Amino acid sequence: MSDPVLPLGGAQYEGLVDVREAGPQGMIALRGDLADERLQEAVTQLTGLPMPGVRGAQVMGESGVLWMSPDELLVLVPYRQAPRARAQLAEALQGQHALVENVSDMRAMFRLRGTQLRDVLAKLAPVDFARDAMPAGELRRTRFAQVAAGVWLVDDTTAQVFCFRSVADYMFKLLCAAADPDAFVGFHAG
Amino acid sequence: MLTFQCPYCGVQADETELHAGGEAHLTRHGPGSSDKDFEAYLFMRQNPKGVHFERWRHVNGCGKWFHAARCTMTLEVFGAYPAQTTEPPKRILDVITSKRPGWTWRELS
Repeated sequence: MSDPVLPLGGAQYEGLVDVREAGPQGMIALRGDLADERLQEAVTQLTGLPMPGVRGAQVMGESGVLWMSPDELLVLVPYRQAPRARAQLAEALQGQHALVENVSDMRAMFRLRGTQLRDVLAKLAPVDFARDAMPAGELRRTRFAQVAAGVWLVDDTTAQVFCFRSVADYMFKLLCAAADPDAFVGFHAG
Repeated sequence: MLTFQCPYCGVQADETELHAGGEAHLTRHGPGSSDKDFEAYLFMRQNPKGVHFERWRHVNGCGKWFHAARCTMTLEVFGAYPAQTTEPPKRILDVITSKRPGWTWRELS
């Protein structure tokens, strides 16, 4: 197996928040009937995490289950285990109307860390990032400036942002500009 | 700014997160239909000042199509509802009637 190559080679920036390209991260797109018990069992068994509710992000380390839409999950697994996990899921869902695909190299991931996190994110997306509107553990698919993106808060000072690989450079520059030390806002802090 | 609540993922999606899909509840007239029906299906659209029913797609989000009822003049939103329906649900019609008594849209009122 060839070595995984990050879209930006692990770019990082320190400003209002610490922006760091994360990964490589194994990702498996799973489409199907999320209410189905066999599907739920396959996912929870594979990741060892409970099924997320609507807009939920159940993540522990490199494993996770993200609720993407009413019929789609993004299953996170360690990068090297993705092909095996895909096969395992596909086998568990055989005979069902479901789609399982390894999309590990389709997206770029960024980890944002810092106390100004909510301000930085709020500059880029049409989303209310107030604490009660966007609690930790909730996944929000939206747009960051001109590109589609997803974001969830791991805790109050850490967020995980993902976008398509082809716009990884745009996203990184966007995050850097929003996290520029001269662009302090201080709205959500405190 | 126009903001709908997506009936699938529940987020308050603002207009820039959505893609407009034109008029809602059209009946498709394909091969075998009369020329008049086909022309109406292809070209004849409502362009009301007031209550309107539209299709929208939550494109930068869950990706689902849904229906929405709004006022084209004030941008007031009467509600959004799933795409798996051929007519607006009663709760939406009730909201419109309470806010715009005497409204009409195609054969609805």
